[in-house]
Amino acid sequence: MPTVETPILDETIVDKYEERRANLVPILQEIQSTYSYLPEELLRRVSRKLHVPLSDVYQLATFYRCFSLKPRGRHVVQVCLGTACHVRGGPKILDRVETETGTVGLGTSPDMEFVVETVRCLGCCGLAPVLRVDKDIYATLEQSKIKRVLNRYRKKRPAGKDATDG
Amino acid sequence: MVERVHHITDLEELERVAIHGRASLYPERIKILVGMATCGRAAGAEEVLEKVRKVVAEKKLPYIVAETGCIGWCSQEPLLDIWVPGRPRVTYGRVKPKQVPEILAALPEAKPKLALAIMTGDDNPLTGKHADYCNGHGSKVDGLPSYAELPLFRRQLRIVMRNCGILDPASLEEYAARGGYRSLWKALWSLKPEDVVREVTESGLRGRGGAGFPTGRKWQAVRDAKGSPKYVICNADEGDPGAYMDRGVLEGDPHSVIEGMIIGGYALGAHEGVIYVREEYPLAVSRVTEAIHQAERADLLGDDILGSGFRFHIEVAQGAGAFVCGEETALIASIEGRVGEPRPRPPYPAEKGLWGKPTCINNVETWATVPVIVSRGGAWFSGIGTERSKGTKVFSLVGSVANTALIEVPMGTTLRDVVEEIGGGVPGGRACKAVQTGGPSGGCIPAEQLDLPVDYESLNAAGSIMGSGGMIVMDDHTCMVDIAKYFMDFLQDESCGKCFSCRVGTQRMKEIVTRISEGKGTEQDLDLLEDVAWMVSETSLCGLGGSAPNPVLSTLRYFRDEYLAHIRDHKCPAKVCKELITYTIDPVTCNGCGACVSLCSGQAVVGEKNKLYTIEQARCTKCGACLESCKFDAVLVN
Repeated sequence: MPTVETPILDETIVDKYEERRANLVPILQEIQSTYSYLPEELLRRVSRKLHVPLSDVYQLATFYRCFSLKPRGRHVVQVCLGTACHVRGGPKILDRVETETGTVGLGTSPDMEFVVETVRCLGCCGLAPVLRVDKDIYATLEQSKIKRVLNRYRKKRPAGKDATDG
Repeated sequence: MVERVHHITDLEELERVAIHGRASLYPERIKILVGMATCGRAAGAEEVLEKVRKVVAEKKLPYIVAETGCIGWCSQEPLLDIWVPGRPRVTYGRVKPKQVPEILAALPEAKPKLALAIMTGDDNPLTGKHADYCNGHGSKVDGLPSYAELPLFRRQLRIVMRNCGILDPASLEEYAARGGYRSLWKALWSLKPEDVVREVTESGLRGRGGAGFPTGRKWQAVRDAKGSPKYVICNADEGDPGAYMDRGVLEGDPHSVIEGMIIGGYALGAHEGVIYVREEYPLAVSRVTEAIHQAERADLLGDDILGSGFRFHIEVAQGAGAFVCGEETALIASIEGRVGEPRPRPPYPAEKGLWGKPTCINNVETWATVPVIVSRGGAWFSGIGTERSKGTKVFSLVGSVANTALIEVPMGTTLRDVVEEIGGGVPGGRACKAVQTGGPSGGCIPAEQLDLPVDYESLNAAGSIMGSGGMIVMDDHTCMVDIAKYFMDFLQDESCGKCFSCRVGTQRMKEIVTRISEGKGTEQDLDLLEDVAWMVSETSLCGLGGSAPNPVLSTLRYFRDEYLAHIRDHKCPAKVCKELITYTIDPVTCNGCGACVSLCSGQAVVGEKNKLYTIEQARCTKCGACLESCKFDAVLVN
């Protein structure tokens, strides 16, 4: 599990890739999934290694939604705002997640436990509204279920859930 | 499943693999299948599977436990299927882990738990033939509807989804057992590349990604293009919200897409393929990656495919969360490690695509259809559907509909059949108001036009598009101004920013619609919206900008009254737009149970338990939690 304190950076993430421009996005994705953000030092290394201007690396890092330049909360909460979720109350679920985590709008909660994001569509439209915490998707949500879902992660229980109250 | 490694170099070896596959598809022991696609998992399928494995292990039952993809009945997830040799398959819906022992206990006598089962099934939804597996017992179980009788399935014709929910997506053997890689064999050994292109042209297949460009024509253009190497790309950047057909296919039957791409490579003279999958679909990525490795180990991908000397390799590239990358030139830029911005066409990717070379980009569904066209012939395929829209189309039928489902129907099926018969209509006795098709590039078709046949031309004429296949049913609780606002918010955020008109135009449109939704709009705003819409669609490079105004234009065309109610009366008829509604508690109905108090996000509910509660308007955030939590319908919205 990545931590939000200054991580010890592992430059082999960058070095093990072939020096091809097509590897730029995959490298950034691996850095993002390892540290949950893109530390500047590693971006500089990527730039040197692939002989791509740092400005280009920065352009990619800010264009694509899945990258973040700042450290984020320990658990990623992605509230789905696809059309099916929208018509079945997704925006209310988002409001409730923001209230429960204490974030103001989207972003990292003050206790660094959660980062609240929206996602365009998780493709579980048949079970709308849904949200994802880390790798677990929770379906057919109501506002009253949100607190219980989030508490599982607060207690740092290992990932996984039981279907009975998901 | 332990995978045997085969090197499939000839038809005999492919047949041997298929025999292994049949043995695991239709074993001589009882088999329990759990639908483990993403939607199944979201509904709790992992826990059901775990429980099945636990019970089987504890009781030392001689049963086979396996995973499958999604058969498409999303509202019944998690789904569990049981095959007893010589009997039809029995499907259980909305299975809870605690019900598993009960379901398994009835198995030795082959008596399904009727109270929990939802249907029995043929195994071949494409031909409708009963499987030999049933040994002449037919597909009937007394007291249970069969697959072919249920309204949800009886109108469907499954070509793309022929194997979804039936085979184990991690098993190449089972794919081979259902005829997989036979079309590749046929193409490589008995058809010339130009014959393959001719079959595809004759089939009348049109691109299933949304635009509906004739696939045969695209293939011919790539074949004729000068330049080498040539590339084949599978566009699995399924970004339309409310659409998950491609996910269903990649998670349920990844080999069908791979086989289609190899055949495409052969037909077009390409030796490299890329599958570009959006990163929001981690399971699809892992399923397709695993399937590629299997095909490589079996020599179905590599330097000498099926002993023909044809060489083809496939790589997987992951998207990074940008809707615009579903546009083909943006997708190519993204694979090349650049920012996903579209570029002007021509030149089309068929001439200058990936790395500047001729490239054929088709959608997941299109590729998955190719093996069937090769095996059954283009003429067979073109016999299905309407005059100009051939074959079948997969739709994700979601929103306010009883059976939310992934369905595949012949082109030309009416929206009414889809919504009312297959979908089972709008639940709760409410009325269907509109069906949204085509994602953010599409539009809302009003209930009065439900008799519209679903094909490319009819949907265009109604102001929407086929798109990738999302179909979102909306009832009278959906506000059309809010929907227009939702899509404009989506589009202005996802606009890549390259074209000024799209970047700024979508922002202005969002501001205007937002103003209207807050009751601050004027009637001139409606004219302004139409002006800006025209400008955005005429002056943007790619399809995102070109179709961006559709959600606004279609709702304005069919639901102008609703816009006017927001503007003139400051009312939201569907009671959705926060600025125009208030929540109050009916003093007569409220019994003071207090269920709403703890959920209220603004601490606006005040009063005394067992007496009466009221809402302090100044603190009310309009989150609607009180309405959701009240079991006595005492919360009123005005």
